[in-house]
This record gives sequence, structure tokens and C-alpha cells, in this order.
Amino acid sequence: MRGLTSKALDVAKKLGASYADIRIVDRKQETVRTRNGNVESLGSSRSRGFGVRVLYDGAWGFSSSARVTEEEVRRVAEEAVAIAKASATVKRDKDVTLAPVEPVTAKWESKCKVDPFSVKTEDKIALLLEADRLMRQNKGVRVASGNFMALREDKIFASTEGSYIEQTKIETGAGIEATAADKGELQRRSYPNSAGGDYASRGWEFVESMNILDHAERVADEAVQLLTAKQCPETVTDLILDSSQLTLQIHESCGHPIELDRVFGQEASYAGTSFLTTEKKGTFQYGSPNVTIVADATLEGGLGSFGFDDEGVPAQRTTIVDKGIFMNYLSSRDTAAELGETSTGAARADGWNRIPIVRMTNINLEPGDWTLDEIIKDTKEGILMETNKSWSIDDKRLNFQFGVEVAYEIKDGSIGAMLKNANYTGITYEFWRSCDAVANKDEWRLWGLPNCGKGEPGQVAHVGHGAAPARFRGVKVGVGKWQ
Amino acid sequence: MAVRGLLGKEEALRIVGRVLESSPGDMTEVLLSGGVSYLTRFSDNYIHQNVADSGHSLRVKVIFGKKIGTASTNSLDEDAVKEAIETAARVAELQKPNEEFEGIPGPEPIPEVNTFFESTFEFSPVDRARGVKIITDAAQAKGFKAAGAFQTGASEICIANSLGVRAYHRSTSAHLRTVVMSDTGSGYADALATDVREIDPAEVARIAVEKCEAAQNPEVVPPGEYEVILEPRAVADMLGYLVRGGFSASAVREGRSFLSGKVGEKLFAEQFSLWDDGLDPRGFPMPFDLEGVPKQKVVLVEKGVVKDLLYDFKTAKKEGRKPTGHGGFGGWGPMASNLFMAPGDATVEDMIKNTKRGILITRFHYTNMAHPMRVLVTGMTRDGTFLVEDGRITKPVKNLRFTESALRVFGTMDMVGKDLHRAGRSVVPAIHVPAFNFTGVTEF
Repeated sequence: MRGLTSKALDVAKKLGASYADIRIVDRKQETVRTRNGNVESLGSSRSRGFGVRVLYDGAWGFSSSARVTEEEVRRVAEEAVAIAKASATVKRDKDVTLAPVEPVTAKWESKCKVDPFSVKTEDKIALLLEADRLMRQNKGVRVASGNFMALREDKIFASTEGSYIEQTKIETGAGIEATAADKGELQRRSYPNSAGGDYASRGWEFVESMNILDHAERVADEAVQLLTAKQCPETVTDLILDSSQLTLQIHESCGHPIELDRVFGQEASYAGTSFLTTEKKGTFQYGSPNVTIVADATLEGGLGSFGFDDEGVPAQRTTIVDKGIFMNYLSSRDTAAELGETSTGAARADGWNRIPIVRMTNINLEPGDWTLDEIIKDTKEGILMETNKSWSIDDKRLNFQFGVEVAYEIKDGSIGAMLKNANYTGITYEFWRSCDAVANKDEWRLWGLPNCGKGEPGQVAHVGHGAAPARFRGVKVGVGKWQ
Repeated sequence: MAVRGLLGKEEALRIVGRVLESSPGDMTEVLLSGGVSYLTRFSDNYIHQNVADSGHSLRVKVIFGKKIGTASTNSLDEDAVKEAIETAARVAELQKPNEEFEGIPGPEPIPEVNTFFESTFEFSPVDRARGVKIITDAAQAKGFKAAGAFQTGASEICIANSLGVRAYHRSTSAHLRTVVMSDTGSGYADALATDVREIDPAEVARIAVEKCEAAQNPEVVPPGEYEVILEPRAVADMLGYLVRGGFSASAVREGRSFLSGKVGEKLFAEQFSLWDDGLDPRGFPMPFDLEGVPKQKVVLVEKGVVKDLLYDFKTAKKEGRKPTGHGGFGGWGPMASNLFMAPGDATVEDMIKNTKRGILITRFHYTNMAHPMRVLVTGMTRDGTFLVEDGRITKPVKNLRFTESALRVFGTMDMVGKDLHRAGRSVVPAIHVPAFNFTGVTEF
């Protein structure tokens, strides 16, 4: 491929580009979806192409194509320069500049014990259909569904600065869900997480470790129990979130507002901006001293892990919130340069036909020293909420409201009745400042979210979040008119 | 005729024909789609992203009896297409029969509708930059910053199956949107068209700048029940939640819809009439669905009464009726794609005059379903939220969170705008709703 990458970079340079890079991406994906005893879809897809990004006269241009030929590489490089020239007609008073990065020739591969593409499709179907059968033993279940996904991505990055990086990543994920409905009520339970399950940069061994069949009947029973469970009351109380719901909380109220392109308004008309403006860096009380959050692209197995980002910047571990104080952003080379800093290595693109933008890697809440059991015992009155169901947050990432699949009353240190339609709301920094207990590393778990949307044209990122259960004091719950 | 980046009808039909001939299946379905897309993105009054994308995707569904396998590729090379057919056949063989499978549709005449405009297709990066500059100059003149995107593109879709379906359609689209902002307020405007000549960047700039000026230094109003005037983008957002799960015939059959057992009932306000029409040029016409079935105009609600549902081939077959041309979305079931709401006779100014104490909303942000059977939706207001008191706008207000049912919104709305606007893929008016539940407030 070096011939093709060199061709693209040479054409761009000859046409006057001050910088150019090319990514050639080949993605292979397999999906299995089951529904009510049938294999609803069994699919295999492949997408291959390349994108060329150039800086001309201090402005960006990008073009892409699925036809990986020398002739097309030339045409696309020329188009990228022509587009950059058009960008240069509407410039600021300063050019786009790039934070420095050391050019590198490297290869990186994610770790995988059992290649998910080598496992027989029949075995994947059999697992999901058995879970489906177990869920539908409960006659209250209207829809039982199962999901499996495997992805392999081979990627080459080359730049005019001399980098040539080859990376291969394998991702695997699975999950099940039961939907119960009766008398105008509808409830869902899922395992191990909602939105299709859990995902990791691992092989088939990750699916096996889920022990899906051990949870199918419980998931079905809980969905049906929820139909007649007590309505979550509207009140202000102490809230304990399980690890999976905390991932969503971290994602929406920390992961997105620390994206430096949002801070600079680059997403303003679509996803929004951020309340974490630059003067807050290093001083703002984001959370309580119990809250330490890191961005870690170096974690083995994380959905947001890689060797190098899509600008050739090495994977890093960056402290985002240190004992409650906001310390750092996720950045790309051009956004980092605006602050006079180096990139934190978070420029990621969704395939060959999208440009890299600032994305989450693995954004993790560091463990504390409690156990969940101790947190519950220490709570006089509160609610425990598990597994995300709905999510909404304002365009600066301050006012949020999240709903969960299931909740439980906590009274005098014990778990009580099941609650349905539970949700909670708050202002991001007030909520994190109210965090007074985080469970320890034994209960810490890394989750994978394969569906983070951002950018125009739309891009979907695969990101990771690690968390252990945690408690938040005085939170408003049960929002809305439910009676 | 083929144009750059598009295959054209003849070539598309040749490719899908080749797939059908080579497929070993008892039945085969092919979906070929793609095109070119350009997007110029701006923020802080300069172009910060500018991208082009071209390509196609071919999906092959091979069926043996009731066993179905699917494979897709983005390469149309002979070898890649052959591999996709073989993969689809292999996975179909691995299947156990899907007892829910009801076959595939046969051919029906597809109506012609022109949605392809050379003006849009030929629109260049320089043309888009000119449009952007009109907006950034207008924002800069007032000391504001503009962010947004100018997108143009052309796409084509070809669906064929072994029973003789051969459907092809090509279209262009253009969308210019902007948020004009300062540190103390923002305003949004956009314009959508199939023909880019219908988009006037100066008008988009004028509305966004005026909204931004009016939105400066918002004050807090406490959450609670207010009258609301929803501008078209906010109406389309709520309408999407109402229709997505609610009017799908498969969701109704499975008891997952609020309409289960209620078709024929009057559930909505007298002024609420709603239909889906894939041929009306006021929207974004598309003459057939993803199964190759021609789209029918389906009246979903007439004067508040639920009249009909949306059907894909499978659900229609189960109920012994014709599909309405809203299929091909797999497990999602039938979906609306060209919604129209009947206009009324009011202007937004009339609605303001008739409001005692209410909130005027430009658009919503990050809405999400909190409960599907109640169609309870939560979300935030954004980019132009104003307090209306005694018939006039009195001040901008800080953005509010709502937690409200779309059933209540369209069940109680009492004034409807006379002008229809394209908002996403829907064509809707502004509405006035007598009571709307705000449950929180943010800091800006």
C-alpha cells in the first residue's frame, strides 16, 4: 500500500498542500440478530476505501472514495486540495496549525484469544436462540431478542510528516433483551447492558465470559415483574448507580464536555458546545474529592483503545478530573495547538470516508474504597438504579435526565421493593460534587459503548467506560407525570 | 444517464440484474444505494471542516425456502459482488427456517417523481463557501459567531428481486443550517430543499441573527406548566416520537404501541390531521420503500381520529392487506418517512397574541423517549426560547427541560400554523398547546 499512500501525499504536496495524510481502511463485520425464536438477520458486510485530508493555505479539505486505485487516489487528493482552497476563502485571522507529533513507522494489533470470525456461525446462533427460548418461557414476555457483533478493522495511516502506521483491531459484543407489555404498560430488561449488550476489543472469549444463558430467565422475569412494580416516587433522595448506568453518566456529562472541539464551538450547530470552557482548566471543582476520572486509550481490551489515533498520535492515559478538579481535555492536533499544548491523542474517524474529530477513548471513573454492599448498608433512605434506558442532556452538557430499566428502594441499609420508570435529573457539576462513595476495584468494570454519535456528516464511535457503583447525595428522582 | 458519482438507472439495473442471475437462492433481493455527498462546516465564523464522500453499497439477501442470509459490500467489482452473493448463500444455508417469513413482494408500477436537480448536483465547494460567507458576515456584523453546515449531495437507490421488482430512483438534497451565537444567547435557522436554488443563505442568516439578538441575556423562569408555541422544528421532533413506534402495524400487533386496540378512536385534537405521502414534492419524495413496494399515501389521523397504520410486506401479508410502502427496516418494523401535518389558519404572531403566559420554542435538543406507551418524551429547548406574556414576547428565557407526552401535545393543541415548513423529512406547521410540562431549567 506504500505506493498508493505515497501517491496521495505526493499529489497533495505538488498542489501546494502544507500537510496531508491518507487513511486506507478495510472493515469486515458480522452480525446475528434473533427475535422471538427466529434468526431475524444474519449478515456479513465489508467496507473498504480511503480518505485524504489536506491543509492548504491554513485551511482543511478532505475527500474520500471506495475505489482504492492509483487513478482514484490522484483524483481524490486533487479534490481534497480543491476543497481546502474553497475553505481558505472563509478563514479566521489565523491559520489552522497542528501540535507537533513525532513521525513514526509502527504496527499495532489488539489482543484476541479466539478470533470471533473463526467461530462457527451455528454456534453464535445456537447461543442466542437458547437465550431466546429461556426468556420466552415466561409467558409475559412479548419480545425476546439477542444480538451478536464482530468487527475487524485494518487501517493504514500515512502522513507527509513521515508517519506510516498499520493497525488491526478486533471487536466483539453480544447481549439479550426481554420486552414485556400488558394493560398499557411496557417494560424492558437487558443483559449485560442495554443498546445491544456489552462490547470489547477482544475475541469470542469475551462473549463466553458473559455467561448469557445464566441470566436469560432473570432478565425475562424482571421485565415482567416491572409491569406491576411500584412507580418510582417523585422526590429528592440519595441515589446509588450501578456500574453500567454510571458509564452513561460519565459518557454524557464528562466524556462529551471534555472534547476540545466542542469547547471551541466546532460542534455548536449540531451536538452543542461545553460548559467546561478553557479558563476552568486546572481550577474548576467538577466533582467531589471522591471523583477522579481518566481518559485511557492504552487499556487492554477497551473499545476506545488503540495504538495510535487517526492523526498518528500515540495512545495516552490522561487525567481528566483529579480528586474533583477538572484538569484536561480530549484533543486533536489542531485543537490542542489552539491551547499551545500537544494532542492528548483523541482524534478518531468512523471509517475511511470520515475525517478524524475529537472522540472519547476509554473514559473511566477511578475506583474508590467501598463495596456496593457497604454503600447500601450505609444508606438510610435512597434508590438504587441499574441499566440505562433513556438519556438526554442540554447542549452545554449541564442539565441531564436519565432513565433506567430497573430501580430498587433502599431503606435503613437494605434493598427493598422494585421500582419502575425510574429516572433522575441534575446539573452535571452539582451531581458529581454530591458523590460521596465509590466502590472499589473489585467492583470496577470496563464497558463498551458502540453507538456514540457526533459530527456532520454523522460519525459513530466505539468508546469505553470503566466504573464501579457510586452514591450521590440529594438527587431529584421520579421526574414527570406518571399517574 | 450516468453522472459523476452516480451509476444511473441503466448501470444500476445491470448490476442488480447480474446479482439476481448469479444467485443460487430460491428467491433473492438486492438493494444498491449510494452517491456523492459534500459538506462544508463552519464555526467561529470560519470553515473548519470541508469534506466529500462518494461510494455505493450493495446488499444481497439470498433465500432458500424460509432460510435467509444477507451480505453487503461497498465494492461493485465483479469479485466483491460474487463474494457477497456466496456469503449470503452460505449464511442462509446455516439458518433454521424463519417461520415468520412471508415471502417477498412482486412487481408493481412505480410512479415517477423528479427529485434530481442539476443545480444541486453541480453546486461546488466554492458555491457552498459563498453561502457560508453570507452567514458568517451577517453574524460578524453584529459581533456574533456563526456555526453550522452547508450540505449538498446526490444519491440513488435501486431495489430488485427475483419476483420481478425493478425500482430505481435518484435524488438531490441540500441543507443549510446555522446557530448564530454570543456568550449570552443563540439563534437557529435552517433551510432544506431538493433544489439548492430554493435555499437563500441571506434569509437563513437574517432569521438566525434576529433570533440571536432577541435571545441575549436570558432570565430564569421556574419549571412548571406553561402554554407553548412550538415552531415547526420542535413540532417535527415530537411528531417523530408519536409516529415511530405508534403507527407501525407490527408494533400494534405485538402490543408495543399506544394504538394497540385503539385504531378508529378519536385520540387527538380536532385540528390534528396527519398523513404520509412519498410523492408530494413539498417534502422529500421517494416513490418506493426499501422492499421495492410503491408508496401509498396513508392517512394516519383525520380530524383527531386514528384512521390507518403503516405496513411493510410481512405485516400486510399477515393481515391480508396490501403493504403501504413503508417496509424494509428489518426489526424496526414499518416506518414513516414523508410525514405531512395539515395546516391551520393561524400565524405564529396570532399564537403569540392568544398566549396569556407561555413559552415560544425554536427547537428542541437531545430528546429521548422516556416511556413508549405513554409517548413520554424528555428533552431541552435550544437556540431561541422566549417568554410570552399577555400576547407579546417579553423576554428570552434560559433553556428548559420538558418531560411531556406527545399524546397530550397533539391531543390538546388548539392553534395550528397556516404555513408548512420542511423540518427534517417532515412537513409541518407551528402549533400552540395550552399546557406543557417543564421539569427543569439549565444555566444558559
